[in-house]
Amino acid sequence: MASTAAPASTIFRRPKQTSGWMSWLTTVDHKKIGIMYGYSAFFFFILGGLEALILRLQLAGPNGTVLDANEYNAMFTMHGTTMIFLFVMPVGAAFFNYMMPLMIGARDVAFPRLNALSFWIFIFGGIFLYSSFLFGTTGPPAGGNLPGGATDASWLGSTINGGWFMYQPNAGPRFSTGTVLDFGAIGLQILGLASLISAVNFIATIFNMRAKGMKLLRMPVFVWMTLVVAFLLLFSLPIIAVALFMVTFDRQLGTLFFDTFQGGDAILWQHLFWLFGHPEVYILILPAMGIVSETLPVFSRKPLFGYPAVVFAGAAIGFLGFGVWAHHMFASGITPVAQAAFGLATMTIAVPTGIKIFNWMGTMWMGKIKFTTPMLFSLGFVALFVIGGLSGVTHSIVPADWQQTDTYYIVAHFHYVLFGGAIFGIFAGLYYWFPKLTGRMLSEKLGKLHFWLMFIGMNLTFGPMHWLGLQGMVRRTWKYPEEYNFGTWNMVVTVGAYTIALSILVFMINWVRSKRKGVESGMDPWDARTIEWSIPNPTPEWNFGVNPEVQALDDWWHRKYDENEEGRPVRKAEADATIAQFHDQGVNPPSPIHLPSPSYFPFLAGAAFLAIGYGVVYHTRGWGLPLLAFGVILLLSSMIGWSLEPLEEDHEEVHA
Amino acid sequence: MSDIAHDEQLHESTGIETRKLAMWIFLSSEFMFFGALISNYLLFKGRVGYPEPYPSEMFDIPFTSVSSFVLLMSSLTMVLADHAIHRDDQRATRTWIVATALLGMVFLSGQAFEFTEFVLHDPPMTLSTNPAASAFFTLTGFHGMHVLIGVIMLLTLAGTSFRKGRLSTATGLNLESVALYWHFVDIIWIVIFTVVYLIK
Repeated sequence: MASTAAPASTIFRRPKQTSGWMSWLTTVDHKKIGIMYGYSAFFFFILGGLEALILRLQLAGPNGTVLDANEYNAMFTMHGTTMIFLFVMPVGAAFFNYMMPLMIGARDVAFPRLNALSFWIFIFGGIFLYSSFLFGTTGPPAGGNLPGGATDASWLGSTINGGWFMYQPNAGPRFSTGTVLDFGAIGLQILGLASLISAVNFIATIFNMRAKGMKLLRMPVFVWMTLVVAFLLLFSLPIIAVALFMVTFDRQLGTLFFDTFQGGDAILWQHLFWLFGHPEVYILILPAMGIVSETLPVFSRKPLFGYPAVVFAGAAIGFLGFGVWAHHMFASGITPVAQAAFGLATMTIAVPTGIKIFNWMGTMWMGKIKFTTPMLFSLGFVALFVIGGLSGVTHSIVPADWQQTDTYYIVAHFHYVLFGGAIFGIFAGLYYWFPKLTGRMLSEKLGKLHFWLMFIGMNLTFGPMHWLGLQGMVRRTWKYPEEYNFGTWNMVVTVGAYTIALSILVFMINWVRSKRKGVESGMDPWDARTIEWSIPNPTPEWNFGVNPEVQALDDWWHRKYDENEEGRPVRKAEADATIAQFHDQGVNPPSPIHLPSPSYFPFLAGAAFLAIGYGVVYHTRGWGLPLLAFGVILLLSSMIGWSLEPLEEDHEEVHA
Repeated sequence: MSDIAHDEQLHESTGIETRKLAMWIFLSSEFMFFGALISNYLLFKGRVGYPEPYPSEMFDIPFTSVSSFVLLMSSLTMVLADHAIHRDDQRATRTWIVATALLGMVFLSGQAFEFTEFVLHDPPMTLSTNPAASAFFTLTGFHGMHVLIGVIMLLTLAGTSFRKGRLSTATGLNLESVALYWHFVDIIWIVIFTVVYLIK
């Protein structure tokens, strides 16, 4: 509305577009960034899923011929890397971005431009990783051949093939002579930087931008889990950054950290990797735990049982997650004392996890449960996560772990946790919060079809892997002979995998249809408890028309309900009037609202990392160093331009 | 003040300015980063049987003590810059910022000289002499990189200081969070100098 000419002293005029592709490129709105995170993560989910389907095609019967050994390595590496770094982490970031500011009553995150920067770094990191399909090369190990007489020529192109864990010295310069693992190490480094930036941003936001009256123990559990995840990222990412720098230097500059032939230490890699890698597991699962802690109370029509216990258990899981990394290394030759210590420490993690599970069950106990799609996915989460958790405890027993290590039992375990856990939780969140994005509901009919297909498919896929593993089927191998009798169950597993794919197809149809033609949701479709439902759907550009004030945990619920003598909720007479009043305030804010201006610099700075990445990989070629220099200059100049950009400009848009 | 256009009702729940809070949070992560690098060095420096020379045989303690002193003094000038901005003395602020950047650059030249000496020494110590040397160059190199980034931030601040009122509030970069970063880099150097250079 109010728009005056910028003063002469302004060097950088910030862009103003609010629609069209330019607005998405320059946006700093946490909701738009959240949506972009969500769609790009889902795109990578499809890619990672297709890779899994190719893997399952290869393993459907004995002596599969779809892939050779090298291609198989490439497929499982990209499947793991994609699902962890390009799907579950960024989809978590999508929820954090979109929902967390709404749940604490803020207009945006603390640093909107940093938020955009972390998104663009993630996108360019993902492009960089996947470009290894086009540009990556594999070479024979120095003085040896690839296993099984495999060749380097491949119909899939050459992509990262050292496993997402990049164990040394296999992924070092001696045994992996091409460029693919440079793409791997540098790509993960870039993606890690994106997560680190958003972690700093989210912690600052949660600490400093809560609505009036929202004490720490009045925050929704999902916000708490965001905070714990951000701290986990903050303390674990520097470790993997150091480890990845060491690999990159080994490969590019001739350092000797992991070169066991010249005094380097391969176990050091495993320590650094799992000191990051184990907390990473909780980075992947805690957002889902946060989501079901929001949905279970809403659809059980009861408050969350033992809210403080759930919160502290989440923090305890985060804390203990740093103390157990070496249980990934029981078979690598660490001392018996270390094995005993890490075995014990690992078992203790089951305690806070158990607390959470019993609190969720306590929430449902005597509740009036509504079996909506988000509730079904939440129940699926709890059931499957319990199975995955129990098989996890068996790994803390050292002798049992020695038997299970590197078999399909492990594959079954972590897919129950990460697919049955994290991904079911994510879908619960998508169905639950879809109205906030669009103002419409996802179809319940298709949603339930999606759930049952995915639930059955998931158990068909990962259930039989337990016994395949205990029968001795090793993981990371591209074929198995007929006489081992693995064929039948493997066929079941493959059928399960394609059932999951079918369920995802149902979900996509549901999403596209409901986005345009779904039932209008109104403001508070689930009769929910937390304050993100006190604003209209879809969320207005300014989030809250009036900055909210919070008087209690589940503030929105208490505005609508009283308790009777039996502790049962009784709807207040004025509940509908309250909702109408909040709706009106959300659509027609009583006072003008400043929103942060868009900016070009996050996109430019993010793009610089692409140039830097290629520059480092090809620094020995003619154009590598100039490209590197260009990337660094682009990064520096966009950061300087950024820091000189005024925070508020006179021509800034004002909404009234 | 945070990096969003705010209205009068927005408040900081912790009472700490958001940019400063974010810098504290970021620096807590940096402690893990340098912690890992220092542990790497400690792991490799005690091992025997590597090709000579080991980093510990190469150090010129008096020279490095002088350049460490220079870096420590830059924390003093940083504090003086911080005082000057609180008095709203823009000229003094700019002078002390530039002085801090210059001291940082003197330290960096010292490091460049030191590295050159090591590489030109006979027998030379390079990145690929032994893992201890790899760890030494990686650790001190990353510290130098941090100093360099600090110098760039200081020079950018000095540049902004020519526009009135820009130093402390109106842009994303502000003096107090740069000062926090700078002191952090100094503290880490004290640890590196003690653990790597002085402890045998």
